[in-house]
Amino acid sequence: MADKRMTEDEVVAELESGMTIGIGGWGSRRKPMSLVRAILRSDLTGLHIVSYGGPDVGILTAAGKCRKVTYGFVSLDSIPLEPHFRSVRQGGLLPDFMELDEGAFYLGLMAAAHRVPFYPTRAGLGSAMLSENPELRTVTSPYGDGEELVAIPAFDMDAVLLHMNRADAKGNGQFLGPDIYFDDLFAMAGAKTYMSAEKIIPTEDFLREGPVHTLKIPRTHVDGVVEAPMGAHFTECPPDYERDEAFQLEYAATAKDPEAWAQFRADWLELESHDAYRAKLVERGQA
Amino acid sequence: MTDTTEATLAEICIVALAEAFRGDGEVLCNPMGAVPVIAGRLARATFEPDLMLTDTIAYAIEGNLPLGGDPSDAVVESYMPFRTIFDQVWSGKRHVVMGAPQIDRYGNQNFAAIGDDYRKPKAQLLGMRGAPGNLINHATTYWIPTQARSFVESVDVVSGPGNDTVASLPEATGRFHEIRRVVTDLGAYDFEAGDGTMRVRSLHPGVTLEQAQEASAFELTVSGEVPESRLPTDEERHLIREVFDPNGVRNGEFH
Repeated sequence: MADKRMTEDEVVAELESGMTIGIGGWGSRRKPMSLVRAILRSDLTGLHIVSYGGPDVGILTAAGKCRKVTYGFVSLDSIPLEPHFRSVRQGGLLPDFMELDEGAFYLGLMAAAHRVPFYPTRAGLGSAMLSENPELRTVTSPYGDGEELVAIPAFDMDAVLLHMNRADAKGNGQFLGPDIYFDDLFAMAGAKTYMSAEKIIPTEDFLREGPVHTLKIPRTHVDGVVEAPMGAHFTECPPDYERDEAFQLEYAATAKDPEAWAQFRADWLELESHDAYRAKLVERGQA
Repeated sequence: MTDTTEATLAEICIVALAEAFRGDGEVLCNPMGAVPVIAGRLARATFEPDLMLTDTIAYAIEGNLPLGGDPSDAVVESYMPFRTIFDQVWSGKRHVVMGAPQIDRYGNQNFAAIGDDYRKPKAQLLGMRGAPGNLINHATTYWIPTQARSFVESVDVVSGPGNDTVASLPEATGRFHEIRRVVTDLGAYDFEAGDGTMRVRSLHPGVTLEQAQEASAFELTVSGEVPESRLPTDEERHLIREVFDPNGVRNGEFH
């Protein structure tokens, strides 16, 4: 059986500028932040990010890494509006974006996972979601009712990045928190899927960690596994850890001041490795 | 001892929002924000016992959980992760309460972005979030703490479609659309006039029709005598003050 373990930098070496990259998690919850930081310190550019957006989108758009973002929202949860993303949008600095109803977004993931061109929904009819996204099309029901529905296109993604609580070296993943969000669909939808995890464990230990329903990421859809303790920091990753609200506040405050942002990036986000980041967190007394 | 001092504005708004759930029966009541969450829990604890409510994370819970209270103290009756919430939206068994930084006469709502250019907005707000899907699938109520700022002539972007917008779509498309109520710091409004416009349903104690009209960029529809918003009962006052919100979070939403 293949051992799929790799490092963050090895994952990023498989990505290319211009790719469409899906990022799992939700807002400031269980985001694969060690992988996001590895993208930040790489020379990748012109990315199209697909995400239930949080600091992943804030960081990568503020750093000018993105040509497009597809999202339903971009939020830090305890700070409802992602301040870096706001600056980018208000400055007209993001070349392109598609803002969708957050439920419709789920259908774009599901269509890609199921390899169909679209899923139909009523969501979007009558709202700016349609008028502001002229590439979105409607379909007419082929049955007697003839109802018109929005066709949410499949989010075809070159690569997907996720963070789980536990994984094995073969690529099976386990979430132990209250919600998997849509990470299982992301995993299936990506042409390649890379999954970081708090801990890589022997397969036989999974059911000691949680019930069978938590084993939602099958290895058939995972190409690489990265062991990254505190890999979602500063976003939450229960039950392993809660959101680091103090750190998040510091991050958010730098949106107002380009110098503070450059300093924060140098101090934290552009450290040479996740190990260096963790060591610095320990120094700070937070890990 | 129960605090019997006069009802505050926040408490009157909570009761007006709770009234929006009257008659809902067995649906998922999904309020966003402190005042709406208290309202939903209050409605279930009093006149609408069959409502289903979440801990605002991923569990549907029984009982009277205080605002910010530890959900592990509560009885979990079902599992409501986000995917199930969306499935619930599309199934129709849901009544949501959202905010509206901008709302117009027909209930078109915007919480996505402010400014003439959606591609380069003056202020990026929440984005579309769940508004397009919510409005077209099930009952929606809006909570607006500052009416004077939010009642606009026309919204910059439609995130939640209003009655005139939906009336222009094929009939089948709009068959589940219902804006139940709009509650503000000045009064409660509905769309029961028959022409899709916002009608004054009640005004909070001390608020005149002139004041309410002045705090609106569009003409408010008035039919007949406008009653005063009802005050909380003793039981409701007790539940709000002692059970759901002992720390007074409800008073922080007006600014």
